[in-house]
Amino acid sequence: MYLTKEQEKMLEGEYGEVVSKMMRLLVRLGEVYNAEKMIPVTSVQVAGVSYKSIGDAGLEFLQDIAKEAKVKVLTFLNPAGMDLENWKEMGISEEFAKKQLAIIEAFKKMGIVISATCTPYLAGNLPRYKQHIAWSESSAVSFANSVVGARTNREGGPSALAAAITGYTPYYGLHLDEKRQPNYIINVNVDLKSSTDFAAMGYYIGKEIKNKIPYFVGIKDADVDDLKALGAAMAASGAVALYHIENITPEANEVSIDGLEKIEFGKEELKETYEKLNSGEEEDIIIFGCPHASLNEIIKIARLVEGKKARKPFWICTSRAVKEIAERMGLDEIIRKAGGKIIADTCMVVSPIENLFSTTAVNSAKAAHYLPGFCKQKVIFKRMEDLLR
Amino acid sequence: MKGRTIYPGKAEGEALVSKEPIGFYGGIDMKTGIVIEKGHELEGKCIKDKILVFPCGKGSTVGSYVIYGLKKNGVAPKAIINKETETIVATGAILAGIVCVDGIDIDKIKTGNYVVIEAKEKEAEVIVK
Repeated sequence: MYLTKEQEKMLEGEYGEVVSKMMRLLVRLGEVYNAEKMIPVTSVQVAGVSYKSIGDAGLEFLQDIAKEAKVKVLTFLNPAGMDLENWKEMGISEEFAKKQLAIIEAFKKMGIVISATCTPYLAGNLPRYKQHIAWSESSAVSFANSVVGARTNREGGPSALAAAITGYTPYYGLHLDEKRQPNYIINVNVDLKSSTDFAAMGYYIGKEIKNKIPYFVGIKDADVDDLKALGAAMAASGAVALYHIENITPEANEVSIDGLEKIEFGKEELKETYEKLNSGEEEDIIIFGCPHASLNEIIKIARLVEGKKARKPFWICTSRAVKEIAERMGLDEIIRKAGGKIIADTCMVVSPIENLFSTTAVNSAKAAHYLPGFCKQKVIFKRMEDLLR
Repeated sequence: MKGRTIYPGKAEGEALVSKEPIGFYGGIDMKTGIVIEKGHELEGKCIKDKILVFPCGKGSTVGSYVIYGLKKNGVAPKAIINKETETIVATGAILAGIVCVDGIDIDKIKTGNYVVIEAKEKEAEVIVK
């Protein structure tokens, strides 16, 4: 693998042991995946932030890095295990909070933006078409590649961090145009009526095609929230990092679909997926915002509940940035009066909700995938309107 | 069988085989090494000291930290064998120093088989006894 003089220096430890260790990881990955060289990246998303997810091993790993190294490019952070300001209100223990804040402190010391969101593209870290970036967070990777047309592999939390600290990533996989060609055509024969329907389809397709690239035909329209839900689900049940949709996503016209195997997705498959993702009878709480809710989703929820009391208490998880605007618009007031709460910096998967609830209702297939195992929850999976009705 | 080395080293032990992909984050408990993903074919099984065989990774990009944490907590597999190792599993294996190879026809390995791996810098050999 070709390295520039600067990269050689990094590797050999001229910029300290941490930079060298990070470069060694990237070079190893580059050699394994036959990268000819490193390329500069201009945006990074770092996953692995919740103490619940990375534990003491992760905390120590990050503290060691923070002692010596700072990031070189715009770097945003995934959600933490709690609302970083209102964690007591969430019922988080002092012990958990202490560890979580130590993790945040380490990231801050590295110069990372404490955005604490899985939707950086809605909060101030938006790459352009064909820009080379190094993102972790499987749902954000899918969004950046598919909806924006930026170029990133599915980085692991530490390899994204290594790219942030060195400013480089190995040039392989989805950075190359020829690796962005689809492997399957997905024939959509059902009218998808909400982002939850898109999520259910994503869950089904992710399981079917694992780490391959789908090309959807038959989708008439999809907004950003639908696409966010679709990508998140395929990246949870499978390892889909890029999808194309005819007439909707930017690279759909640039790729070839000749001779690809076809997979049908219709009414039956949709129904079957809803049934599969439902394991609960009656929820203790309803949680929206996996991935983090957009402002438009919060507006929709506020309209649905305005002047009413929701059937059950509900949370909406989002970024601090979006929450601020929602507050300014009085949406949080409407939501609070209806029995809801807007929670920032965290979500139902990475916070320790198993200590608070046993059945959770969601409109996200990604959340429905992770909640049973990692959070010991029974799950109810329905459309937003049906959950609040 | 010949394959590609993701992280070099020698390892041998009993195979634990999954035909389904594994998502380490949310799929395996970092403290115990037990598979916790509901409905996964390995649910309830412990990966500690096994030669863990699966087609590819899936799911969260935090999986790399889980692999690293499994090693720190002393419950990591002795080695990982994949059909195709993706970046998340590779990153975890490299950081944790777990022997990892891919490009292997994993259908030829059954749970309980005794497997010997010799992974050199680039190429790896996997012998099923």
